[in-house]
Amino acid sequence: MLIDLLSRWPLIRQLQTGADGTGTEAMSTNTRNLRPKTLGAQVTPSICPYCGVGCGQLVFHREGKLIAIEGDPKSPISRGHLCPKGADTLELHTHPGRLKKVKYRRPYSRSWEEIDLEIAMDMVADRLWDSRQRTFQESKDGDVLMQTTAIAHLGGATLDNEENYLIKKLFSAGLGMVCISNQARI
Amino acid sequence: MPGLGTSFGRGAATTAQQDLSNADVILIMGSSMAENHPVGFQWVVEAREKGAKVIHVDPRFTRTSAMADIWVPLRAGSDILFLGALIRYVLENNKQFGDYVVNYTNAPMILREDFRDTEDLDGLFSGWNRKKEEYNPETWLYQGAAINVGHVDHKPGQADFGGGHGKDRGGEAQDPGQYEEDRTLAHPRCVFQVLKRHFSRYTPEIVERFCGVPTEMFLKVAETFSSASGPDKTGAICYAVGWTQHSKGVQIIRAAAILQLLLGNIGRPGGGVLALRGHASIQGSTDIPTLYDILPGYLPMPFFEADSKTFKNYIKKHSVRTGLWSAFEKYFVSLMKAYYGGGATKANDWGFDWLPRVTGDHSHFGYWLDMADGKLEGLFVMGQNPAVGGANGRLERKALAKLKWLVVRDMVESETASFWYDSPEVKRGELSPGTIATEIFLFPAAGTAEKEGTFTNTQRLLQYRNKAVDPPGDARSDTWFMYHLGRRMKQKAAQDSESHNDGLRALTWKYTVKGEHEEPDVQEVLKEINGYTVADGKQLAHIKDLRKDGSTACGAWIYCGVYPEYNRANERNPKDLLGHGWGFAWPNDCRIIYNRASARPDGKPWSERKKLVWWDEKKKQWTGLDTPDYEKKMAPDMPAKIHTGRGSEALGGARPFTLHPDGVGWIWVASGLKDGPLPTHYEPLESLLKNPLYGQQENPAVDKKARRDNPYADSPGDRRYPYILSTYRLTEHHTAGGMTRTLSHLAELQPELFTEVSPEFAAEVGLRHGEYATITTPRATIEARVLVTPRVRPLRINGRIVHQVGLPYHWGYSGQTTGDVVNDLLVISEEPNVRIMETKALVCDVKPGRRPRGKPAIENPLV
Amino acid sequence: MSVTAFLTDSTLCIGCKACEVACKEWNQLSEDGLDWSGYSYDNTGALGASTWRHVKFVEETPTPGVGGNAGEQATWVFSSDVCKHCEIAGCLEACPTGALVRTEFGGVFLQPDVCNGCAYCVVACPFGVVDKNHEDGRAFKCTFCYDRQKVGLQPACAKACPTESIKFGEINQLRAEAEERVRVLEQRGMQDASLYDPTHTSVGGIHTMFIVRGDARSYNLPPNPEVPTHYLRKGWTSAAISAGLLLGGTLLAFLTDGARERR
Repeated sequence: MLIDLLSRWPLIRQLQTGADGTGTEAMSTNTRNLRPKTLGAQVTPSICPYCGVGCGQLVFHREGKLIAIEGDPKSPISRGHLCPKGADTLELHTHPGRLKKVKYRRPYSRSWEEIDLEIAMDMVADRLWDSRQRTFQESKDGDVLMQTTAIAHLGGATLDNEENYLIKKLFSAGLGMVCISNQARI
Repeated sequence: MPGLGTSFGRGAATTAQQDLSNADVILIMGSSMAENHPVGFQWVVEAREKGAKVIHVDPRFTRTSAMADIWVPLRAGSDILFLGALIRYVLENNKQFGDYVVNYTNAPMILREDFRDTEDLDGLFSGWNRKKEEYNPETWLYQGAAINVGHVDHKPGQADFGGGHGKDRGGEAQDPGQYEEDRTLAHPRCVFQVLKRHFSRYTPEIVERFCGVPTEMFLKVAETFSSASGPDKTGAICYAVGWTQHSKGVQIIRAAAILQLLLGNIGRPGGGVLALRGHASIQGSTDIPTLYDILPGYLPMPFFEADSKTFKNYIKKHSVRTGLWSAFEKYFVSLMKAYYGGGATKANDWGFDWLPRVTGDHSHFGYWLDMADGKLEGLFVMGQNPAVGGANGRLERKALAKLKWLVVRDMVESETASFWYDSPEVKRGELSPGTIATEIFLFPAAGTAEKEGTFTNTQRLLQYRNKAVDPPGDARSDTWFMYHLGRRMKQKAAQDSESHNDGLRALTWKYTVKGEHEEPDVQEVLKEINGYTVADGKQLAHIKDLRKDGSTACGAWIYCGVYPEYNRANERNPKDLLGHGWGFAWPNDCRIIYNRASARPDGKPWSERKKLVWWDEKKKQWTGLDTPDYEKKMAPDMPAKIHTGRGSEALGGARPFTLHPDGVGWIWVASGLKDGPLPTHYEPLESLLKNPLYGQQENPAVDKKARRDNPYADSPGDRRYPYILSTYRLTEHHTAGGMTRTLSHLAELQPELFTEVSPEFAAEVGLRHGEYATITTPRATIEARVLVTPRVRPLRINGRIVHQVGLPYHWGYSGQTTGDVVNDLLVISEEPNVRIMETKALVCDVKPGRRPRGKPAIENPLV
Repeated sequence: MSVTAFLTDSTLCIGCKACEVACKEWNQLSEDGLDWSGYSYDNTGALGASTWRHVKFVEETPTPGVGGNAGEQATWVFSSDVCKHCEIAGCLEACPTGALVRTEFGGVFLQPDVCNGCAYCVVACPFGVVDKNHEDGRAFKCTFCYDRQKVGLQPACAKACPTESIKFGEINQLRAEAEERVRVLEQRGMQDASLYDPTHTSVGGIHTMFIVRGDARSYNLPPNPEVPTHYLRKGWTSAAISAGLLLGGTLLAFLTDGARERR
């Protein structure tokens, strides 16, 4: 144990190696054992959420916690690089301003309340059904209309294709909502 | 996209970002690519390092201009003048790629005798109906074309209620019929000659006087760009929202498309038009559209009109005799089978009558104005922030207060979710929580590392994201939300036997759920989008496998082939520059579309240097460096039978633009656009000048939506607003700011809203660098820090000095850095084809100092 | 273990600041203040305890028709500043605790578990790089991603850079590349391009070289950076002479004084 302690003493190491005390011999145990935090972590390939370039990203994580998000060198488009926004994707997921609970505002209320997710879903389904029942028009002048213009949807360009698919499928093909739009035009 | 869609056949970028490195010249206009697509820009730098010339045309000298060889400042809103002059230059100096133009474009087609050009009608085309404020495009058709459907009010290729995205673009009315052509391009009514005449007055002198670009600078650009033409050279054009967010946005892109068709740059390596999309999956959100006028794959929604009353009529209206759209019925029936499963049968027209009909302008602004008038009950907002991102923000936010209920899904509390207590309207006393009845649900959303799914990026590439970790707390993906909402709606429908719920009951909604969160299997949705045979559930492999007899189901025909037996969007083994083996590009994994055009009519490449796809005489099939965007075994010498044939085969072996019924690139768009077959210079809706070329001041087909709460400046030349205003983006922030102003590392890079002004302008108005300026339009007043920089220049326009003011629009009232909402300054206007607003050229007034605060002392509805 | 280096080629830099963010994310550095500087697009200001990459924006008046890549003029140039990891490092020489060490890759690493916050290194750096975090008490600077290099990974900033303006590799190879690059740029008409690597001073050359256009001083790169210990001999000699004179003068004063008294 004494030998172990002595061997970790920079002075001893300096004498042993004959160095001048400014190199690796002067490193602490921490420094000598330094490894990147992503070593041994799981790596999941993903895509950047920001612009339309579609840079490849590698998401490093361990036990359900995100560690780092970097570029994917294999991507033929981005070749491992990221812009400042893509490089900040980890903070996008972990910053303190992220919502974790459903917030609910009663009519005329001056503040938010937190409510349970399943209850919120039930409430939204009720309002959607209700509004639709009241405003749906099956036909006009004897011709098929099958629509409601009283409920609308906005959003899509930041969503996945599968999400947009389900939105259009349920809202239009299922519920007859025609007022559907998103950021895209051209 | 209709700009690209009508010109070439598909509303999407024609090439891949990596392919820019093959270009001999690159024109970046209507975009600051280095700032807004920095990682994509590495390919421009590669091209530059290989010797390519990079031209950047932009009112400001930006970080992109810093990397370009030539920077051209011009007046915001004068793009068509500039591009039209480039077209004229090419034609006058015979710089077009002759063989390409004759064989692969509709330049030789002869037009009707009763067509009148803007040169004849002082800025209008023939067919303008002054009362209805719309065109009847019949006179734009080819001579000899057949008009498809016989309804009296039928306007070939146009729908009453807009629908700029729909397959109308393909021009079902543009059945070429017994068209005639002159391959010597000499006939006075052939497209080539009409084009020449149309742009004859777009001279370098006009460009100097009204764009503010000196003649020699214009000629330098013209020479440089047009030199990249012919068998051995190609040039690419990159554009973004600087071109699209105009009252004539589609036509600006059309002008670029015409230029590229003349120079023979489409479908060839280093060529093309690269539409730089701004969001991660905005291409996907039109392909699989959350848009009112289309269904997946750009199939049109049925409109409430005589032509679409029945399934039979609808199919007849939208089918085309020749080209890929001749299979329209196959695409549509397969979609209905995906939507309604066993409930869609031949007997009930595949559930056609369960689809809602479009009866008006149901786009963002269309229904938002109805919302402002109290006509809407509920709204879902998912991953969008219209309180900051929408035009005329005050109107947008006040409209939200008229809803009964609002559901917002986002990762943070966006300004849209907090409008009821935190907006400028509340701070001014115009609204107060105590009088806002809106019930609001704010759902926490999952981030991209916390959910799996595909994005379709700017070059039509589907890339799958795998899930790394669970989202925190009650945050869920939108797939989760939609699935469970749908499940609940179907439960309610099961108990309510009314007929208007038949479609909902028939809707297929069985996705496997897993885990404690009951997360639906996203890959099942992607498999449905890809398509499968109904009988055995086997995945389809190719668009050709689709059937109209109900035996196939397919959620989006253009994506068919992404998930045959395995998820091609999740493949990560790139083999070459174009990236084959990494992701799946629609259609059919073609990386550069229309690539048949990279070979001569006889099937040999135009040159060794620019070879891409060619005919293998031994194997009797198309082969090359990319998946051929063509019928694989169609020999180049197969004759075209456009006049009498049917299907894709009718196009023969030498017509690369297979979505068009005549198989050629459309310099002339006879049907499909509401504002004309050719781009025409119109002034922005709010302009300082009269239109220098025509009496028609602005795009006549624009829907201005002018009303008390959406007022316009007098145009031209409203003395109250003497400066030009343009909005733009910064690298450090993203769109409405919810994903960047909330993050410390990005907020510190650009911590405050600022306006960029020239030193001359600052001196004239009395602005001081670092202090504040107040910017006013008829809609709003905002303040910003002043950044005086020589990178913004006054321009000499028609003899007088004109000043341009720029503002990045990322700020809002929540996040680590807050600021005034720049988009409050904008007016809501709708370009006629896609209903996009004009953000890039409007007028404003600027004064030094901070803006007023608090409740206005005098009641003024405009403040 | 080969000595590694950065070559930052500002003719490829687009001023995006991905390097700043990638560094902060990897090292979990905090923001430096949300203050708008008004100085071009540079709100970072300078390198510091929690900013280890800083993109400088050097702005001139543009000429219409002339882009930034043209040889005629450098209108708006961007360059990512970083710790120079000097061959002879002033901070290393000044550090009394051995917190600053030279790694096997040739970079200068500040061990946070050894640093006592004396800040001698701060005044000793000729480039003004290393800085003390007054809340934390210790000094910090770029680590050259020592943790990443240990397993063969490139530093976070080099990985992120979209246009490979920041190149990372073996130092001699990069030096050769740099010289070739300057030649190529001059051929293209950029007569104002130069390589910054002050081998002629006591710093002995740096491990993070720069290719810049125009005056290197615009990029916070001093023409003649010196390590303070360079002045040691002169300083001690002057001190010794002064001490000698003082001692001599004092003795003289006492001796002559005594002589007067004895008379």
